[in-house]
Amino acid sequence: MDLDLARDMPRAGFNFDNCKRNATLLSGGFKPPKTTKTGTTIAGIIFKDGVILGADTRATEGPIVSDKNCAKIHYLASNIYCCGAGTAADTEMTTDLISSQLELHRLNTERQVPVVCANVMLKQMLFRYQGHISAALVLGGVDKYGSHIYCIHPHGSADKLPYATMGSGSLAAMSVFERRWKPDLSEEEGKLLVRDAIAAGVFNDLGSGSNIDLCVIRKDSTEYLRNYELANKKGERQLNYDFKSGSTVVLNKTIKDLDITINIRPVPMET
Amino acid sequence: MSFLSIDHFSDYKVHGAQRPDFSPYESNGGSIVAIAGDDFAVIAADTRLSSGYSIHSRTQTKLFQLSPLTVLGSTGCWCDTLSLTSLMRVRMQMYEHTHLRTMTTDAVAQMLSITMYNRRFFPYYVSNILAGIDKNGKGVVFSYDPIGHCENAKCRAGGTAGPLLQPVLDNQIQLKNMNLDEKDKPILTKERAVSVASDTFISAAERDIYTGDFVEIKIITKDGIESMTINLRKD
Amino acid sequence: MFNNGIVQPLWYNGPSPGQFYNFPGYANNGNMKQCHETNNSDSTRSTAMITTGSSVLGIKFDQGVLIAADTLVSYGSLSRFQNIDRIFKINDNIIMGGGGDFADIQSIMRSIDQKMIEDQCYADNIAMRPKALATWMTRVLYNRRSRMNPLFIDVVIGGIDENNEPYLANVDLRGRAFSDYVVSTGFARHLALPLVREKKPADRDFTLEEASELIRQCMEVLYYRDTKNSSQYTVGVCKVKDSTSNQCDVEGPFQVDEKWSFAKMVKGY
Repeated sequence: MDLDLARDMPRAGFNFDNCKRNATLLSGGFKPPKTTKTGTTIAGIIFKDGVILGADTRATEGPIVSDKNCAKIHYLASNIYCCGAGTAADTEMTTDLISSQLELHRLNTERQVPVVCANVMLKQMLFRYQGHISAALVLGGVDKYGSHIYCIHPHGSADKLPYATMGSGSLAAMSVFERRWKPDLSEEEGKLLVRDAIAAGVFNDLGSGSNIDLCVIRKDSTEYLRNYELANKKGERQLNYDFKSGSTVVLNKTIKDLDITINIRPVPMET
Repeated sequence: MSFLSIDHFSDYKVHGAQRPDFSPYESNGGSIVAIAGDDFAVIAADTRLSSGYSIHSRTQTKLFQLSPLTVLGSTGCWCDTLSLTSLMRVRMQMYEHTHLRTMTTDAVAQMLSITMYNRRFFPYYVSNILAGIDKNGKGVVFSYDPIGHCENAKCRAGGTAGPLLQPVLDNQIQLKNMNLDEKDKPILTKERAVSVASDTFISAAERDIYTGDFVEIKIITKDGIESMTINLRKD
Repeated sequence: MFNNGIVQPLWYNGPSPGQFYNFPGYANNGNMKQCHETNNSDSTRSTAMITTGSSVLGIKFDQGVLIAADTLVSYGSLSRFQNIDRIFKINDNIIMGGGGDFADIQSIMRSIDQKMIEDQCYADNIAMRPKALATWMTRVLYNRRSRMNPLFIDVVIGGIDENNEPYLANVDLRGRAFSDYVVSTGFARHLALPLVREKKPADRDFTLEEASELIRQCMEVLYYRDTKNSSQYTVGVCKVKDSTSNQCDVEGPFQVDEKWSFAKMVKGY
C-alpha cells in the first residue's frame, strides 16, 4: 500500500511523460487548449534614485480578454521586482520559484541579494528550458552596487540597459522611451515617463489594455503602485439587466430529507 | 522564361526577405449588431479597424447606407468589404437607372446574396448584416454567411464579437429563456433597441480586443435614417 | 462567336456588364489562359519581396499633409541602395510614399506617371485628386491579390481633395484602404503611430510646425529601432497655396539628429 503510493508520487520538477503522446496528437491535427497569455506592455527605467517598473493589466486568451486587472509586476525580493510578459503561468511560476530561491540565498548569505543574482538565476533557468518556458521579463532593482534594469528573453539571453520594454506593446513603449528618456530623471519625471510608455502600449497595442501598474524601487524603500492609473473606464450601460425573480422556469421540484447517521469510532494513532 | 523563378537561382536567395505564402485574406476586426422592430430597424457597428495587434484607424465606419431605407453593416476582411460594398452600390445605381426606382430592402437582400454567391469558390471573407424597412413598412434584418446564405432575423450580431453578443440579443430582444408574464414583457421600442445595441457594445469592448473606440448606431425608419455615435474603450 | 480571327470581339478584356473585373475562373475568352496559369499549382508567382523599402509615415495637418520615408532600399539584410527617394510627387494635388517591394513600387509608379500624362493631355485644368488615386490603387491592388499575384507594396497617399481639404490614406497589398489623420506602413505602424496619436489634440488638427516636429522625432526613433532604416529621410509636403491651387514638394534629404550620449551607461551584465 505504502509502496504503491510512493510509486505514484511525481518527481520534483517538470514532468515530460506525455511529450511524445502530445506530439503525436498534434501531428494528427489535435488542437491543444489555449493558454492564458499576457499580450502585455511591460517596461522599466533607471531614474536618479532607483528604478521604476511599469505594466498594463490585461490578460488575453486569443482575441478574448481573460483578466481585465491582472498584476504583472511580481515580487522577487524586497529590493527586486520583475515584470513578466508571455504565458501567464510561466511568468508567475518562474518569478515565484526564483523569489523563493533568492530568499533562501539571502538567509544563507545573510546579506541583501544583489539584482545581478536574480538576473543570473532567471536566465540560467530559462536557458535550461530552451525557450519552452515562454517568459519575457523586465527585471529591476536597487542594491549596494546601484540601480539595475535587466531585459530577459525567453531563451535565456539578458541585456543590462538603462531602459527596457517587453511584450507585444514593447515597440510602442520603446518609442516613448527613445524620445524622452535621459539620465538622472527625477522620480516624478520618471513615473510620468513610464506611465506614458505603458499608456502608449495600452492604447496602441490590442494585446495590452486596462489599467497601469507602477513599482518604484529606491535605495531604501519600495513602493508598489497597484492601479496607479485607471486608464480605461467601463462605459455606463443605459438599461438595467437584472432578471426578475422567476425568469427561469422551474420544471419540477423534489425535496428529499437527508438521513445522516454519524458513527464515531476511535482509531489508535500510528506509532 | 516564365518557368524560371528564384528557386532556380539559389545563390540569389536572400534569407529573411522570403515571404512564405501569400494569404489573400486578413481579419480586420469589428462587430455589428442589428435589431428589427415593428416600424424601425437599428443597426450598430464599432469603428475600430485593426489587424493583428495594431489599430489602423479608430474612426472607420462599417455601416454603408445603400438607400434611404437600407443600411449594410460589413466587417471581416476590409478589402473585401470595400469591393463588395462598392459593387453593391454600382449595381443598385444600375437598377435605379433601368427601373427608375430605388431597390427595396428585400431586393437588396436578395442581390447581396447573389453577389456573394458569385464568389462561391473564392469568397468575400466578410460578415454582413443588412437592416432596413421592407416594402410593407416593417423593420427587417438579414444576416449572411461569407458565401451568400441569407437569413431573415429579428436580431443579429456579427463580426469578431458576434458569438459573444448573439445570446444576449436572443435573451433581451427575443426574450428567449425568459419566463415572463405577458404584462412583464418589455415592449421593443426604438429607444429600447438603441439602448440594448449600445449596451451590448459596451460589454463587447470589455472582452473582445478587436471591438472598441466608438460605436456608430443608425436608426432606420420610413422617414429617414438617424445616426449617433457613442464612446467605447480605446484600449 | 465573333472571335473568328477577322472580326474582333465587341467587348474584350473589359468588365462584364455589372462587374468591375474578371475574377479568377470567371473571365471570358481572352483571360482564360492567364487564369489557368494562376490556378496551376506549380506556377511560380512572385511570393517574395526582394528589394524592399521600409516604413512610410504620413501626418495630416490643418492645411495639408506630410509624408516621410527614409532613403534606404534594402536587399534582404544588405543596405543596398542608400539614396533612393521613396516619396513621389504625383501632381500638384497628390504626394505618395511607397514601402514594400521597390520593383513593384517602380512598376506602379510607371502606371501612375502614364495616368498623369493622360490627365494632362486633356488640358482641362482638372488634375487628379488623392482620393481618386487611392481608390484606383485599391482596385489595382485588390485585382492583383484576387489573382493571387499581388504587388507587394504598402503605400501612403496624401494631398488636397476637391473641397480643398487635406486627405491622407493608406492602401496595402490586398487593396485594404482607410483614411485617417495619421497613417503609416511597416515598422512605423508600431513605433511612430503611438507617438503621433499621443500628441493629437482632441479638438483640432495638427499645425504644420507640430506635424514636421513629429515627423522629425518619429524618423529618429525609427532609425534607432528599425534595422532596415537609414539616418537619411525625405519629406513630401502637400499644402493649400491659395483657393485655386495647391503645392507639392519633396524636401530633403534630411539627416536624423542622432544622440548616443546614453551609450556610456550601457555596461556590465
